[in-house]
Amino acid sequence: MTGEPISYNTGYLDEQTKRMLRRALLKAVAIPGFQVPFASREVPMPRGWGTGGVQVTAALIGEDDVLKVIDQGADDTTNAVSIRKFFVAVAGVATTTRTDEASIIQTRHRVPETPLSEDQIMVYQVPGPEPLRFLERRETETRRMHALEDYGLMYVKLYEDIATHGHIATTYDYPVMVNGRYLMSPSPIPSFDNPKLHRSPALHLFGAGREKRIYAVPPYTDVESLGFEDYPFEPQRFEDPCAICGSVGVYMDEIITDDAGSSMLVCSDTDHCERTAAAKTEQVPA
Amino acid sequence: MNTDDRVLMQARGVGHNYGDRFGCCDVSFELWPGEVLAVVGESGSGKTTLLGALSQRLALSEGTIRYRLADGEEVELSQLSESRVRNLWRSEWGFVHQNPEDGLRMHVSAGGNIGEPLMATGWRHYGTIRATASEWLERVEIPVSRIDDAPVTFSGGMRQRLQIARNLVVSPRLVFMDEPTSGLDVSVQARLLDLIRYLVAELGLAVVIVTHDLGVARLISHRTIVMKEGRVIESGLTDRVLDDPQAEYTQLLVSSILGG
Repeated sequence: MTGEPISYNTGYLDEQTKRMLRRALLKAVAIPGFQVPFASREVPMPRGWGTGGVQVTAALIGEDDVLKVIDQGADDTTNAVSIRKFFVAVAGVATTTRTDEASIIQTRHRVPETPLSEDQIMVYQVPGPEPLRFLERRETETRRMHALEDYGLMYVKLYEDIATHGHIATTYDYPVMVNGRYLMSPSPIPSFDNPKLHRSPALHLFGAGREKRIYAVPPYTDVESLGFEDYPFEPQRFEDPCAICGSVGVYMDEIITDDAGSSMLVCSDTDHCERTAAAKTEQVPA
Repeated sequence: MNTDDRVLMQARGVGHNYGDRFGCCDVSFELWPGEVLAVVGESGSGKTTLLGALSQRLALSEGTIRYRLADGEEVELSQLSESRVRNLWRSEWGFVHQNPEDGLRMHVSAGGNIGEPLMATGWRHYGTIRATASEWLERVEIPVSRIDDAPVTFSGGMRQRLQIARNLVVSPRLVFMDEPTSGLDVSVQARLLDLIRYLVAELGLAVVIVTHDLGVARLISHRTIVMKEGRVIESGLTDRVLDDPQAEYTQLLVSSILGG
């Protein structure tokens, strides 16, 4: 009785659970933007720390995958490091911090600056999947509104923003219309990242563990950010270049540098920043 | 044939049951465009249940309601899909609740409250929505300077007027009103009734108004239905019903008006 041991349950979850998740994922891909209920399981981290994303990744991951985990743009923060270690332990996969090398990218609150390709899957951790929730508390009612495409209420939120602030002040979790049919929360990514979802070649999967919902944006699907004719959607803009790598047109984090309140703007995407900085030093021979 | 010459809504033997009891039963009437129909009766007589059944908020247990759409097509309401009923709600009907808290979003600004039905029917120009909201605030005598204040900061009368504006802004053809003036003090009631009467005449609305107050029925309605224990016991022109009540119960109601 020698030979290779059979390997079971790559990726922590049991086969039945993965089957259930894959069914939900297939349905989500078939109906872009529609929230598919699923039987969310316990995973070894508290709800609110990305249990939805972890379950989606666990249902997808295989030994050949290369995993990247992003937390607020960074690869080296607690959430990113612990999730990456978790999948190394339970699935034995290779990991990377480079966007272009990853086949699965689990993310919290950012879409990478590096353009995505057709053979990549984005997995988002979603705290609240229902874009209408703050305006309509009843789940029965929001489900009806989705079913009947009754989305006037979402515009009330934008109207209130303009009436109060003079412009649409929603800067993250900015509501989008997917494939001209379902209103969707893009998870709390900055509105800066919203345009990256529109007709993206990658597959985007969203998992909300606590709320037990999965939804998806398939490749090359229209994702339109809502707006008014006279107040159209405008993603945030940053005038100054990154203090480390000099990139412009990317999403910035403000880093406080001393107790006097001085600060600097640096790329939120650490992988992008590192590679841009490295490319620059190569160009300039020391 | 002018479409306005035809019946707008026709109810035949309408009833709604709560379990094995009935809330109202065997109600029949015709409602014509521009007509105001009052449903009167004491508390618990099935008025509000009837209104719920007519407006498709409650399922019909018996009877039929035929309704003529804006494009002239006649439909049987209980046969309509939920999405078509919602569409009616958005474009052709209004519903003024007894408590404005039920019909308004209390923490959304007055402008947003009036704008919501517009945005639900596809208005996507902020400037136009806001201008229309201001215009309606003026019409219902709310200072335009309060456009960005939420109804929680409004008085009872202002809330009710805001609710009326929100319902009329999409130019509905039929408005259901459930005791719109009860809960307001007498002078505010009188002004609100004046306003409703004026708007209804100006816009040519058909209205079904539920009230326990015969004075309200007298002031704004053309025809009146009197209900008791879920059934219609008398109906006719309002002046006829109130001046020459035939049913014993109606006589009692009319004679019991305070100071009347």
